[in-house]
Amino acid sequence: MIIKDAVCPFCGCLCDDIEVTVDDGKIVAVDNACTLGNHKFLGDHRLPGPIRRDGDTWKDIRYDEAVEYAVDMLLEADRPLLYGWSGTHGEAQCVGVHMAELLRGVIDNTSSVCHGPSILAIQEVGHPGCTLGQVKNRADLLIYWGCNPIDAHPRHLSRYTRYADGFFLENAFRDRKVIVVDVRKTETTNLADEFVQIQPGADYAVLSALRAIARGKGDALPRTVGGVPREQLVRIVDLCKKAKFGAVYFGLGLTMTRGKYKNIRNAIELVDELSRHTKFTISAMRGHYNVYGSNEVNTWMTGYPFGIDFSRGIAFYNPGETTAVDILARKECDACLIVASDPGAHFPRACIKHLADIPVVQIDPYANATTAFCDVQIPVAVTGIDAEGTAYRMDGVPIRTRKVLSTGYPSDEEILGRIYARIQEVRQP
Amino acid sequence: MSEMLIKNAFVIDPLNGINGEVMDIAIRDGKIVEAVGDAAEVIDARRNLTLPGGVDSHTHICGTKVNFGRYMSPEDMRAGRTPRRGHMHATSGYSVPTTYGNSYRYSAMGYTTLLEGAMAPLEARHTHEEFSYTPLQDTMANALFDGNWSVLEAVRDGDTKRVAAVIAWVLSAVKGFAVKLTNPGGTEAWGWGENVDCIQKPIANFEVSPAEIIRTIVEANELLHLPHSVHLHCNNLGKPGNYTCTMGTFGLIPDLNKKRQTLYATHVQYHAYGGSGWNDFCSKSEPIANMVNMRPQIAIDMGQVMFGKTTTMTADGPMEFNLYRLHHDKWSNHDVELETGSGIIPVLYRRKNLVNSVMWAIGLELALLVDDPWRCLLTTDNPNGAPFVRYPEIIALLMSKRYREEELATVHPDTEHRVPLPAIDRELDWHDIAVMTRAAQAKALGIVDIGKGHLAPGADADVAIYPIRVDETDPSVDYRRVIDAFSRTEYTIKRGRVVCRSGECVVDGNNTTIWVKPKVSPEYDMGKDPDFIRKFDRYYTVRMRNYPVQDEYLKRNLCIETEAEL
Repeated sequence: MIIKDAVCPFCGCLCDDIEVTVDDGKIVAVDNACTLGNHKFLGDHRLPGPIRRDGDTWKDIRYDEAVEYAVDMLLEADRPLLYGWSGTHGEAQCVGVHMAELLRGVIDNTSSVCHGPSILAIQEVGHPGCTLGQVKNRADLLIYWGCNPIDAHPRHLSRYTRYADGFFLENAFRDRKVIVVDVRKTETTNLADEFVQIQPGADYAVLSALRAIARGKGDALPRTVGGVPREQLVRIVDLCKKAKFGAVYFGLGLTMTRGKYKNIRNAIELVDELSRHTKFTISAMRGHYNVYGSNEVNTWMTGYPFGIDFSRGIAFYNPGETTAVDILARKECDACLIVASDPGAHFPRACIKHLADIPVVQIDPYANATTAFCDVQIPVAVTGIDAEGTAYRMDGVPIRTRKVLSTGYPSDEEILGRIYARIQEVRQP
Repeated sequence: MSEMLIKNAFVIDPLNGINGEVMDIAIRDGKIVEAVGDAAEVIDARRNLTLPGGVDSHTHICGTKVNFGRYMSPEDMRAGRTPRRGHMHATSGYSVPTTYGNSYRYSAMGYTTLLEGAMAPLEARHTHEEFSYTPLQDTMANALFDGNWSVLEAVRDGDTKRVAAVIAWVLSAVKGFAVKLTNPGGTEAWGWGENVDCIQKPIANFEVSPAEIIRTIVEANELLHLPHSVHLHCNNLGKPGNYTCTMGTFGLIPDLNKKRQTLYATHVQYHAYGGSGWNDFCSKSEPIANMVNMRPQIAIDMGQVMFGKTTTMTADGPMEFNLYRLHHDKWSNHDVELETGSGIIPVLYRRKNLVNSVMWAIGLELALLVDDPWRCLLTTDNPNGAPFVRYPEIIALLMSKRYREEELATVHPDTEHRVPLPAIDRELDWHDIAVMTRAAQAKALGIVDIGKGHLAPGADADVAIYPIRVDETDPSVDYRRVIDAFSRTEYTIKRGRVVCRSGECVVDGNNTTIWVKPKVSPEYDMGKDPDFIRKFDRYYTVRMRNYPVQDEYLKRNLCIETEAEL
């Protein structure tokens, strides 16, 4: 059986033109997806059922027992942390928010360690953006800044930018200019019309220089800024102003380097300046396929995109205080539910050490680095493969992922719903 | 079978000709009925003002740009936080509250039906998701067609039936309720950073003028027999002197429907400006109101501005960028491929600002100068003019000249030279307010037949009981009591259940989404049209099969099917 127009649940591109061939209850072939998507669709290594730590080994337990463990852990905790959420569907994320509210816990998602700084910048200056199709159909100039889509979002260029023909660009490859700004050469820089190599940590200075030139104050600049010759900066601004439609995409190379959210603020303000001359937009390259959805769900339910603390009964938000890394580093949290993410592979050592000291339940289809220190792992269906649900693309377009086969695993929503129902029995009889 | 009897209600039900009759209202299984048995739950309304549940025919409560308004504004979220309590979830936000915040606050004010004013079809799923978390009101959404390429091409080709066919397919696919045009043509031009200049000049690439877009879509709307008329946000919003453009637009509209208006012009306050710039900015509410008075085919809503902080949000992307350049706070923009644009900026309307003061006056003038309250509806274009929680103050301003004078004394002193408001003596009465906040809104939306906006047997049992005795209150003097009463119902009853009592929401709720499905003949089924399919394949970034909103997103829902002339 071939399922057409399946949605890839890997990265923020959320490609929805995947063809999946299912034979005898297994995915045997995947067309149109990139290497990363292929790997996700064809991956197997899934846990057969819930496991619980038993000394130095693991023992198999039933789903009921696993749910029971999670419920007890959360009800006994004074400051539970519910972390992750980027690799699951929106319906499960909604249950998570309700659960955090009832438990008076903290709910945070992976954007606090990826595009959290972008959100902080947006909260200061806004976000002139657009959907990916606007770029595909109109953009004659692209800037990739601090990101490497060839490796991280492999189909971004073919579906939406460099190679994607559009309504106003019949030969995109010929008619579009691509500028790549990075600290080193990557696969993406190789296909740039203009590669701007900047010194590590110099993003803010280079963005400021571009803004100055855009405002006609370029004469005040030194001969090089952040390792970039002034002539090249002037040339770039010239290209930007001559473009009919420019689009900036940026990644963690801008959010997580020196300057953090100030870099993004500067980039947005550059786009704002350029918008006075021509059409310009800017967008974040979101990683997980539904990290943006997690921000959306949190926002409509609590008012804030991440790092929400319900300990006061109200939704309280103060990134740096109410975000997962900070709470773990201060050893505040006394139980953690991790859903659809792998902090074990990404968090600072001190945070992981604290996680190893407190009860942790992980809900995830796969064993990963976090499994090494969790007490119970509950395997679930993979959204987009054996469960369906809503996901938000990196540009905010919501798409319903398809279920392409049945495996019998419960979905995240189902498991979380069971946990929440039990918590409601105790806390909201 | 659940039964309820509301006894001793002082009822104003304009659609049924009831204006201040003390009577009982019987409810069975969510509907108004003639009578109920002795075992029915009894609520004593104590002769308090009792109205059909409020209907807001233009608000922004759910969807992409609303949520982005929250996302970009933690300062606004801090302004309205309430804790989890009983059945009420925690809420945040003042001008753009969380979905629960919107739902609880509207319910406390007696509102039971809300229309989200602008939904980008490509992102409709988001609006429906948020509707699921707006539990205490029935909801519906206008779908945006202002920059829809398939529509623009059909308009250019003069093919009104094809325009209608595209609208039919999209409305059904995205579970939309009505056709919204926001700055028609201007949002497509904004794709290149441009805008349109009034209604006559064609836009680039599509070679159609806003006037052609508006006229053709108005005709197409009637071919589909949609319950609501075209819902138009005119071109040139917010520009001094724009009233001529508004008048020109109104002049385009034929009278095509006997049951309701042919055009719903929204937030007309923003489109009734005189002057050649900000220096000689003034009100042109009089010519606009006269034009409306002469044309029964047009209904408008006020788009009242109230002083204070708010967040503006609209599909009118170029207008928001212009506004940002005046305000210099922060600016978000989100253009949607092949369809529309949008923008969001926070705004502070100040009494000491002459332009803001004139804007405040214009909204009130429109409501007072349009003779027929059935054709000027009370809105703020929430949250653009002000958050909806300011409605009670607007009601009081319309009912009390004294209150208006007191407020006029606090605004910019030059205001009185630029607006007719000080010379207007009219004070609206309770019946007028009932018309402008529910009956006329339901009629304009075309939802009277499905039981909205009135209390006759068969209607939905959506009732608002306000803690005020009409026979003991002179609203022109006791306007503070009017504000208090309309701010918080004694009881809000939705589908026959008390959902809110004295501001406390007492059930979780389970709203209904109302949407429209025009039935067309196979030759006009765009789902099988090769050109339409090719457009999807080549230019959208979402596959055609993945575009329609799946049934999973509609919990309780009511589909209005129409027989199109196609």
